Amino acid sequence: MTSAQEDFWAFLRAATPARIALGRTGDSLPTRRVLDFQLAHEQARDAVHAELDADALGEELSAWTPAIVHSEAADRTSFLQRPDLGRALSPHSAKALIPGNYDVTIVIADGLSAAAAQTLAPTVCRMLLAQDFVFAPPVVAVQARVALGDEIAVAQGARMVVMLIGERPGLSACRSLGAYVTFDPRPGVTTDAGRNCVSNIRPGGLSAEEASSRILAIMRLAQTIKATGTRLKEDAALALTAPQNIS
Amino acid sequence: MSYACALGASNYVFPDLRTLLARASPDRAGDRLAGLAARSGEERVAARIALADVELVRFLGETLVPYETDEVTRLILDSHDRAAFAPVASMTVGDFRDFLLSDEASGRFLAALAPGITPEMAAAVSKLMRNQDLIAAARKISVVSRFRTTIGLPGRLSARLQPNHPSDDLTGIGAAILDGLMYGCGDACIGINPATDSAARALLLLERIDDLRLRFDIPTQSCVLAHVTTTLQVIARGGPVDLVFQSVAGSEAANRAFGVDLALLDEAHSAVRGLNRAPQGANLMYFETGQGAALSAGAHHGVDQQTMEARAYAVARRYSPLLVNTVVGFIGPEYLYDGKEIIRAGLEDHFCGKLLGLPMGADVCYTNHARADQDDMDNLLTLLGVAGCAYVMGVPGADDIMLGYQSTSYHDALYVRRALGLRPAPEFESWLKTYEIMDARARVRPKLTGRSAKLLGRGAS
Repeated sequence: MTSAQEDFWAFLRAATPARIALGRTGDSLPTRRVLDFQLAHEQARDAVHAELDADALGEELSAWTPAIVHSEAADRTSFLQRPDLGRALSPHSAKALIPGNYDVTIVIADGLSAAAAQTLAPTVCRMLLAQDFVFAPPVVAVQARVALGDEIAVAQGARMVVMLIGERPGLSACRSLGAYVTFDPRPGVTTDAGRNCVSNIRPGGLSAEEASSRILAIMRLAQTIKATGTRLKEDAALALTAPQNIS
Repeated sequence: MSYACALGASNYVFPDLRTLLARASPDRAGDRLAGLAARSGEERVAARIALADVELVRFLGETLVPYETDEVTRLILDSHDRAAFAPVASMTVGDFRDFLLSDEASGRFLAALAPGITPEMAAAVSKLMRNQDLIAAARKISVVSRFRTTIGLPGRLSARLQPNHPSDDLTGIGAAILDGLMYGCGDACIGINPATDSAARALLLLERIDDLRLRFDIPTQSCVLAHVTTTLQVIARGGPVDLVFQSVAGSEAANRAFGVDLALLDEAHSAVRGLNRAPQGANLMYFETGQGAALSAGAHHGVDQQTMEARAYAVARRYSPLLVNTVVGFIGPEYLYDGKEIIRAGLEDHFCGKLLGLPMGADVCYTNHARADQDDMDNLLTLLGVAGCAYVMGVPGADDIMLGYQSTSYHDALYVRRALGLRPAPEFESWLKTYEIMDARARVRPKLTGRSAKLLGRGAS
């Protein structure tokens, strides 16, 4: 026998993956809900500490001869506590990038969820690479923060960078990918206001197809107006390519 | 000017006020990351001993971030109210702590003092205060703000209903809103963080919430927490914008990293006022802040993160906002490493905000890469409830499925109200009773047979 009660609006649970209509005992959560939460939390913490298999990603994208680079953060512990190291390319890696003249470079980075980058980024990456831009060889970046992409783009001679990076794991989504598009990235100068973000790319969130079309719309408009960030509104980008997607 | 403290054989010298404040700060990850933290426990206390002797007027003469190049510094100094400051003008920082905790410092007195206090003074005195001091002083101050509800009254605790969805799905968001209303949350506002920064989507979301509000006569206000430039577009399209939201920080350069400056915020404030959706004299802005924002943008000017946070409140104060909250554990362990650091920061931010005259709430939260868990949040939530926090977040099951972090839940809001005898905003409380969500004993207990069921039958959008 339990004192916990179901909510009479429990039928609404089908409408959202959010933890709604959890029921109650008094003002508190039922035992089962408390334990569900603890399990999800521990799983998410485990996801944060997982490592990226960069070689496997490299093989998956071998048709485009990707490069593998490392930030200055030597391991996960140092990555979590020193964001400055995660934004700097290791000197050895900088030498591994060959300069050229490109429209765009795509970087796949572990960020805070290696599993998201490992499983979700290759599909989005392939969809983008099939488009009509002059792409640099894609880059797989280990122990990387968003701003590491700026340095990579400069080293490769790319005018724009698309960073596909593991987002901080949530309880319901340990594997969620974010895409940051930056035109004319400048290491140490470009701020978040200079980027456009498409987030929540994952099963149950934004599909790879939808995400790719949004990223692409941003890339196209960025190339036209020669800017990203607060000067580029996603509405305007989508309006240029697919007006039916707005509402 | 340098500051010094001799302790036995050691003579600690701090070259300027900025360094003195940083060394006096309770230990935390962001100051260690910035290389600003005290190098030993003894140095930290030496800095506090030296800081206790600094006169408050000193903060008007020695700027931490240059006046010439930073509009936040100019805002702080140019808007400083000398007359309001007069009662404490001869005090040192140490005297000021003693005064804040004294019987003379009544809530009324402290409210009148607020325009005379600068963020740097607030930050400085907080560094000499223990957690219980931060609670005891904040508890005396009540800052009341108004729109369709009255927020911040003594004995009340409001909740922002935060029904986020990873793809801004209208049905999903609608379901989470109904769930929150059934749990007595939403009196601070119904505030959605959008997954993408789209004016078209923000407009649609605001229209749907406004329909729901009008249909059931819910006394609350809504907000889509998009970038201010996006909200300006929604206003230009005639959207039902109650509140303009923006994240702000404590330096001009940090705000630039957020894509804003004071001129833009002025423009937005004036635009939302022009909509005339609120009763006369209502508060129309909503700001979020958080320790570490300036450092993460490389715009901290060698100032410790807690002082930079307090400077963000000067930006907020300019607009007499309805809501201001620190998102205390959101930014991550690089800035606040564990539960202890998050709890301390939450109490500091709440105290400093209230001392500066803001209707201060808190997003009691943490991320999965921080060393913190629900027990830490329970502690901070309870402490803030005791400290007289204006509002907290209500996120379904404490799990924000869009932003990927854990905040407080609808259940948590009920818990803290119950444990501390706090009630929702008066207008909202009446509505909860009218709709039989709240029973005769002021408990939130909706029944299938009550009027609340109508909300479900007709309300799902």
